[in-house]
Amino acid sequence: MSATSAFAGEPWRLPSRGRVAMLSLIVGESAIFTIFVVAYIYYIGRSTCGPSPQILEVPWFNTICLLSSSVSILLAERAIERGRIRAFASWWGLTMLLGIVFLAGTATEWKRLIWTDGLDIRTNLFGTTFYSLVGLHATHVVVGLLMLSLVMIFTLLGRVEERHAERIQVLSLYWHFVDAVWVVVFTVVYIVGR
Amino acid sequence: MADQTLPIPGALGVGRSRGAALLEWLHTWVITVDHKKLGILYIVYALFFLLVAGSEAMAIRIQLAIPNNHLLSPELYNEFFTMHGTTMVFLVGMTLIFGFGNYLVPLMIGARDMAFPRLNAFSFWMSAFGGLLLYFSFIGGFGLYGMGAAPDVTWWAYAPLTERAFSPGHNTDYWAIALIVMGFGTLGAAINTLATAFSMRCRGMTLLRMPLFVWLMVVASADTLIVITPLTAAQVMLIIDRYLGGHFFDTQAGGSATVWMHFFWIFGHPEVYVLILPAFGIASEVIPVFSRKAIFGYPAMVAASVGIAFVSLSVWAHHMFTIGMTSASNAFFALSTMMVGIPTGIKIFNWVATMWGGKIRFATPMLFCTAFLFQFLCAGLTGIMLAVAPWDWQLHNSYFVVAHFHYTLTGSFVFCFFAAIYYWYPKITGRMLSETLGKWHFWLFFIGFHMTFDTMHFLGILGMPRSIYTYEPDRGWTTLNMIVSVGGLIQAVAVLILVWNIVDSYMHGRSAGNDPWDAWTLEWSTPSPPPPYNFATEPVVRSRRPLWDIKHPEDPDWKYEL
Repeated sequence: MSATSAFAGEPWRLPSRGRVAMLSLIVGESAIFTIFVVAYIYYIGRSTCGPSPQILEVPWFNTICLLSSSVSILLAERAIERGRIRAFASWWGLTMLLGIVFLAGTATEWKRLIWTDGLDIRTNLFGTTFYSLVGLHATHVVVGLLMLSLVMIFTLLGRVEERHAERIQVLSLYWHFVDAVWVVVFTVVYIVGR
Repeated sequence: MADQTLPIPGALGVGRSRGAALLEWLHTWVITVDHKKLGILYIVYALFFLLVAGSEAMAIRIQLAIPNNHLLSPELYNEFFTMHGTTMVFLVGMTLIFGFGNYLVPLMIGARDMAFPRLNAFSFWMSAFGGLLLYFSFIGGFGLYGMGAAPDVTWWAYAPLTERAFSPGHNTDYWAIALIVMGFGTLGAAINTLATAFSMRCRGMTLLRMPLFVWLMVVASADTLIVITPLTAAQVMLIIDRYLGGHFFDTQAGGSATVWMHFFWIFGHPEVYVLILPAFGIASEVIPVFSRKAIFGYPAMVAASVGIAFVSLSVWAHHMFTIGMTSASNAFFALSTMMVGIPTGIKIFNWVATMWGGKIRFATPMLFCTAFLFQFLCAGLTGIMLAVAPWDWQLHNSYFVVAHFHYTLTGSFVFCFFAAIYYWYPKITGRMLSETLGKWHFWLFFIGFHMTFDTMHFLGILGMPRSIYTYEPDRGWTTLNMIVSVGGLIQAVAVLILVWNIVDSYMHGRSAGNDPWDAWTLEWSTPSPPPPYNFATEPVVRSRRPLWDIKHPEDPDWKYEL
């Protein structure tokens, strides 16, 4: 048995670099969120003055929108895998719409908190930690939406094809991560911390 | 300049001024996405800042050489030691590991480039501009009021000193924002390294056949992912406090300074492992080649590296024994810190076992690695002493601590990277560094290092606190401080010899050939310097020492390896 020929037949498969990179990014981002969540939990009830978390209302509608966007993006991934570009475009559009609704919901919540309840980031520790944590998540939604719209523009220009399925799936990983983080933020801020 | 047209297409200097040629050459370096060029940029950048931060250290040592010295004002002294620490960790340490990582990881795993070449360039330029931003503070902070505006809050920047009320002006902002920018660069480099090592390996390069340097870059990058990011998060909080009026670390509004300490050291302690792990990787490449033996206990080395990375995540509060934690926390962090000794001990035994019975050649890289073994052992032992909480209460923030971490960062990290420069310089440039100058560099640096940092241990035990800009003559620290400073100057001379060696050998050095050390990893199978595409045909690997298999077809490694 010669050295090279014995080897040539062996299959050689490596993980996709996009997936490895996105998973690495997600690990790093998780550490950022962990620090902000820990700070939020540690500072619960330590504000010396001003409004407390009782003024929050649980954003059920927002949460349902964001979580269902994970389902719609999953359907979009399936569609592109099978090369059904039109179905892909509509599921992708729905995902973006749900993300925008979520952001709009956050905006109205913040408007109420700032103008009605008088809570801004300077008011007290609760304000600082609340706007930082929820704002950090919202920033991630915004970044995600920018990436999604980039794909949407390319889709509408007819540049997205079946062979791009893997890249789309890598991007979707990020969106799933943003949704998963919301579950944590939602639980900590609106359920446990209230 | 020849004034007749040469029949060679693109002949030098024809119809183009020298300035334009220089500009074009610079342009190729700015737009490059080649991992080797970016690696060189990282390394040159790190060496430049090594000189800058080294000069700051020299100023500090001249200031402390005699009591009641007034060479540096207290304010400038604070700026210098803050900038020395920040520069050495972020601009020298992190850039050196990713410089060598960039250059070597693709070559060692038989790939043609990193997984994401453009991300690679982006990461480098983020780090580079972060460093420039940090140093711009010297002139940008308060305008041009003398030297009054560099960050001066120490490199760990404890709250509430960093709050607006106590640090007005912009120097702390420069510190925080520069580190956020560099943090993004580092994160990109870490992601890229991981994706390269996992997804770009050549045929047959299974995970357990990767060279140990690649393994340790993988472990260090994975650690970076969860270590640099908490720092970024904490810096964002600090910026929120300073610019938006937040209260994270504002003790008067219920915020907590201790939380900053936790967040900072959750970054800060694993960070030193991020730095030292690639240094271990270098030792694991150099020691076998110069002992003429395969590395002893390869799987144990891999397991120990991963073990160090995990344990390193649970030791941070040993920096905080003096703030009054509960006994349970003190005990936990003392024990977890001591546990680091187990995997590092395994590694030291394996390196010694590799040398044992080997045919050792004491070329300059091997000299540095041998000194590293000894010094890292000492650093580990003082580390275990400081892990004992009551001992730490006595010596916290003294020169004993300064001596301990310089033993790890200079005595281990810097020594290994000097070894790396001597070992891989022939591959990078095609020319050998001068052995004579190398020996001078080693012995002067070695002697200077021990004069400086051995003596600092005694100063610490005699009660000299760190971060003080001067001291009274009746403290009994005068002679020892003079010895420390003289040792520092000897190290400076040694580093200047290295710089001269690098420059002179680049022009006049002996030609290196492909494989000057008779080594076994894939990078030595390419020409020196390697062509842009690295490998003309994709290599195929059957063992951990592919070049050994080629050089010794009668006795290849793959017959014996598991």
